[in-house]
Amino acid sequence: MAAATGALAADPVKVGFVYVGPVNDGGWSQHHHEAAMTLKEHFGDQVELIEQESVPEGPDAERVMTQMALTGADIVFATSFGYMDQVESVAAKFPNVKFEHATGFKSGPNFANYSARFYEGRAVMGTIAGMMTESNKIGYLASFPIPEVIRGINSSFIHAQKVNPDVEIRVVWLNTWYDPAKEADATQALLEQGVDVILAHTDSTAPLATMEKSGGYGFGQAADMAQYAPEPRLSSIIDDWAPYYEERVQAVMDGTWETAATWSGIKDGMVGIGDFSDAMPDEVKAKAQEVMDGIVDGSYHPFTGPLNKQDGTPWLAEGEIADDGTLAGMDFYVEGVTGDIPN
Amino acid sequence: MIRLERRPAPSRTWTYLAPLLAVLATMIAGAIMFALLGKDPVLAIRTIFWDPIFSAQFGAYSRPQLLIKAGPLILIAIGLSLGFRAGIWNIGAEGQYIMGALAGASVALAVYPMELPVLLPLMVIAGALGGWAWAMIPGVLRTMFNTNEILVSLLLVYVAEQILSAAAVGFLRNPEGGGFPGSRNLQSYASAHNAEIIAGSGLHWGVVAAFISVIAAYVLLQRHILGFHIKLAGEAPRAAKLAGVVPARLVLFCLGVSGALAGMAGLFEVAGPAGKISIDFGAGYGFTAIIVAFLGRLHPAGILLAGLLMALTYIGGELAQLMLGLPAAAIQAFQGMLLFFLLAFDVFGHYRLRIATGRTA
Repeated sequence: MAAATGALAADPVKVGFVYVGPVNDGGWSQHHHEAAMTLKEHFGDQVELIEQESVPEGPDAERVMTQMALTGADIVFATSFGYMDQVESVAAKFPNVKFEHATGFKSGPNFANYSARFYEGRAVMGTIAGMMTESNKIGYLASFPIPEVIRGINSSFIHAQKVNPDVEIRVVWLNTWYDPAKEADATQALLEQGVDVILAHTDSTAPLATMEKSGGYGFGQAADMAQYAPEPRLSSIIDDWAPYYEERVQAVMDGTWETAATWSGIKDGMVGIGDFSDAMPDEVKAKAQEVMDGIVDGSYHPFTGPLNKQDGTPWLAEGEIADDGTLAGMDFYVEGVTGDIPN
Repeated sequence: MIRLERRPAPSRTWTYLAPLLAVLATMIAGAIMFALLGKDPVLAIRTIFWDPIFSAQFGAYSRPQLLIKAGPLILIAIGLSLGFRAGIWNIGAEGQYIMGALAGASVALAVYPMELPVLLPLMVIAGALGGWAWAMIPGVLRTMFNTNEILVSLLLVYVAEQILSAAAVGFLRNPEGGGFPGSRNLQSYASAHNAEIIAGSGLHWGVVAAFISVIAAYVLLQRHILGFHIKLAGEAPRAAKLAGVVPARLVLFCLGVSGALAGMAGLFEVAGPAGKISIDFGAGYGFTAIIVAFLGRLHPAGILLAGLLMALTYIGGELAQLMLGLPAAAIQAFQGMLLFFLLAFDVFGHYRLRIATGRTA
């Protein structure tokens, strides 16, 4: 054991990170980057980080990951779903390097995937939104029509409707993960349509900044965005990848790394729920806490029947719980959501 | 006192000297910037310019990557250079690149999974037509309504990007992709795959097409009356008119050729290295090619070298990021310096530096 530790100290584990955006985007990539930085704090000289930001999802990603493998990376985290095919092909070429792909669904012997059950967080936010809206109109700033985002819309709406049967949801598709100007415009447009609580699946603080001026309530997305509390920010969904990265890098050090498909939620801390702001009445706080506690202790799953699809066809029977396969490929709205998924 | 004096005719020496000096000045200024960022400047410059070609550890991988990266840049820049010489400014090659890829990929996906030996050639034609058609919009608008082709072609890039994302999430989406955006991967569809001609060489049909375009452009400009007209229209528009050049025809030709080449570049990319249509398929080749065209002095051989150099700064820049921890912005600034210094040294092509005493002025 002592010998092994000695060898490790002399030869740090090289950890590669590939980011789709700049590391200061204030959202997705920044959170992965910050989690990577905590590895440095946690492991000190035992790890060496190699990071590459703003890597487009395509041949550039394949080249970057190949270069990382060629320059001695032991494990590479590819932090965007669009890297999936590239990870698959590079992983096949370097069987001794471990690859971890965020939010995808493929895997292999040295190719694991990991993602967060953000829809659990959406259930809590949706509950709050349903109780806080006075106009009974809530809005959703959607990024791209992928299962991840559709799950978020459905989960938000289901839980808003549970506490407020009259609630309606307006979904705006922005086709971007990060565009402060577009996000602000869409927020303003929703507010003008009488929407008074807005959930965002885009990463900037622009929606909250707009609501600070023009009214309405919102939530922190990806980051806590506590600077906008108590109003307009009511709570937040926080991405926290650090514990997972520590665990996986530790496994590489110990020689115990194995491929896996990890999908963690609030319970494991991958999805964090930001403090409830004082703008929320106690009954709202209590209800939100109840939903969250149920998810954490396993007594409640956000997608529990009876639930119908948007066109009225039955999806889940009374008490039936959605399986992960359906959730992972979700391409339909639940009943009550208006509008179409762009196609 | 130092002043600039206009030369009677642009200096040939400076035309060739400027790019070399620009590269040298970029290295020096870049080294200073890297040093200020706390990195070893010599190591950084070596990582960018030397390691991708000569590193024993990974050179065998990065050398072919240079061709893969340079191929589309050269192919697009050659097309652009014809128009630029004639004073016809197609700034929207990025859009034509995307539309070519969409048109070509659509052909393949329409007949999937049928294996057809002629499929790839058909896709190339479709790709060229897609890019050509997209470039014809500013072409026709300019010839019929005298609109500005710079604005129209540039704005059409954003339209093309919208169509691209609609395709990736909609009509070209892989039905077996689990609901994720992006088309099927053409790399796993043998008839449609623009594979490397010699495995591991980086040489796919798009690179071959780029080399052919260099030769064809050279012949056109040196040996063909059309090439003469292009040069004449750019250098002496009045003389061109007298020589019987029909401006409208030249506009349509130059925009058409540059659009078709950009469209082909997009097709070769989507059928080869990229493999599929995805939301951010357009990775800026169409814009970078503008820099390549000017860095190469709008001369076919120059563009060939400039394309390879640009590819080198990309691949070396990536290496510098991941091996030395340089931020991506520093690499972009470094690439920007290249164009900046080129424009700066170009001044000496047109002006002479005079050091004179106050009295003679």
